[in-house]
Amino acid sequence: MAHYLTIFINSVFIDNIALTFFLGMCTFIAVSKKVKTALMLGIAVVVVEVITVPVNNLLYVYLLKKGALAWAGLPNLDLSFLGLICYIAVIAAMVQILEMALDKYVPALYNALGIFLPLITVNCAILGASLFMVERDYNLAESTVYGTGVGVGFALAICLLAGIREKLTYSDVPKGLRGVGITFIIVGLMAISFRAFSGLQF
Amino acid sequence: MAKAKDALFDPLFNNNPIALQILGICSALAVTNKLSTALTMAIAVTLVTGFSNAAVSVIRSHIPSSIRIIVQMTIIATLVIIVDQMLKAFAYEMSKALSVYVGLIITNCIVMGRAEAYAMKNPVVPSFLDGIGNGLGYGLILLLVGIVRELFGSGKLFGIVILNPTTNGGWYVTNGLMLLAPSAFFLIGFIIWALRTWKPELQE
Repeated sequence: MAHYLTIFINSVFIDNIALTFFLGMCTFIAVSKKVKTALMLGIAVVVVEVITVPVNNLLYVYLLKKGALAWAGLPNLDLSFLGLICYIAVIAAMVQILEMALDKYVPALYNALGIFLPLITVNCAILGASLFMVERDYNLAESTVYGTGVGVGFALAICLLAGIREKLTYSDVPKGLRGVGITFIIVGLMAISFRAFSGLQF
Repeated sequence: MAKAKDALFDPLFNNNPIALQILGICSALAVTNKLSTALTMAIAVTLVTGFSNAAVSVIRSHIPSSIRIIVQMTIIATLVIIVDQMLKAFAYEMSKALSVYVGLIITNCIVMGRAEAYAMKNPVVPSFLDGIGNGLGYGLILLLVGIVRELFGSGKLFGIVILNPTTNGGWYVTNGLMLLAPSAFFLIGFIIWALRTWKPELQE
C-alpha cells in the first residue's frame, strides 16, 4: 500500500507533470485565465489520464513489448517502435469515446467541458504520462495510480495558476510583459515553490 | 518568391511560435539545460514540422475534414517514429538524454498547429518552407535558452568549459538555479518581454 501511496504523492507533488516536466504547457497557459474553466479542464484531464495510462499499459505489456506476442508464436517480435503511434491512437479513441458517452449519459458535464475534451488529445501531459509509464516499467496497478496522480497534479497546478492570474488583473504589469510574459514568470515561481516538496520521503 | 521568403522568415521574429503563438512550449523547456540536447531537439522538430507540412499539403484536397485530425496525427506520428529510431540508432546517448521528449514532438502544438493552420490551405513548397521556418523559430528560442542555461548553470557550452567553475579549481561560482526547471520559465518570460519591447505592435 505504502508503495502506491509513494507513487501517488510523487506524481502529484514532487514530479508534478506541469511544473517539473513542463508537459501540457500550451493548455496550461492558454486555459488558466479563470478558475472555473481551469477546474473543468483539470477534471477532464484526470478522467482521461485514469483511463488512458492503464489501457496503454495493457497494450504495451500484451502486444508491443519484446516477447509479448509469444502466445501467437512470435517470441522474438519486438513491436515497441510502434509505441508512439499506438498510444496516441488509444488516447484519441478514448477521448472520442468519453465524449460520446458523456454526451449520452451526463450531458451537463459534457456541456460544461465543451471544447476542452477534444483538445485533451493533443495535450502532451496525457501522452507524456503514458511514455513515462513505459519508461519506468510500471505494472497495471501502479500505472492506474500513476495516471490518477498525474491528472490530480495537473488539475491542482492549473487551478493554482488560474487563481493567481485572476488576482493579477488588478496589478500594474509592465506593457511588454503583460499576458503571456508575466504568466511564464509566475509559472517559474510556482515551479520553485513546488520544488520544496522534493526530498519528501515516505 | 516574396511569399516563400515570408513563409520561411516570418516565424523567426514577427510570428515566433514559442514567444508569440505560445505553441510547443511543453517539450521546449525541459531539454534546454544543455546546449547539445537543445540543438538536437531543434533539428528534430524542424525536420518533423517541415516534412509533416509538406505531406499534409500534398494530400490536403483528399482529406475529409471530419477525420483530418487523425490523418494529420498519423503523418506526424510516423515522422516522429522515424526521427526517434534514427536517434536510437546513431546517437543513442542523446536519445537517452532526451528521454520521452522526442516522442512528445507528436503532441507538440507547433507541428499540429502549422499543419492545421497553414498546410491545409497552401501548396506544397510554401507549406514546407513554413514548416521549416516555424521549426527554426522554435529552435532559435531553444538555443537562446540553452546557451544561457548551460553557460551560467555549469560554465560550459557544448560540454566545453568556458567559465571555469570553482568546483574545478576555477573562479566561476555556478548558478544551480539555471540547471533547474524554473529558470527556463523565467528566461522565456524575459525573451517575450524583450521581443515585445523591441516590437511594440505585438503587445497584448
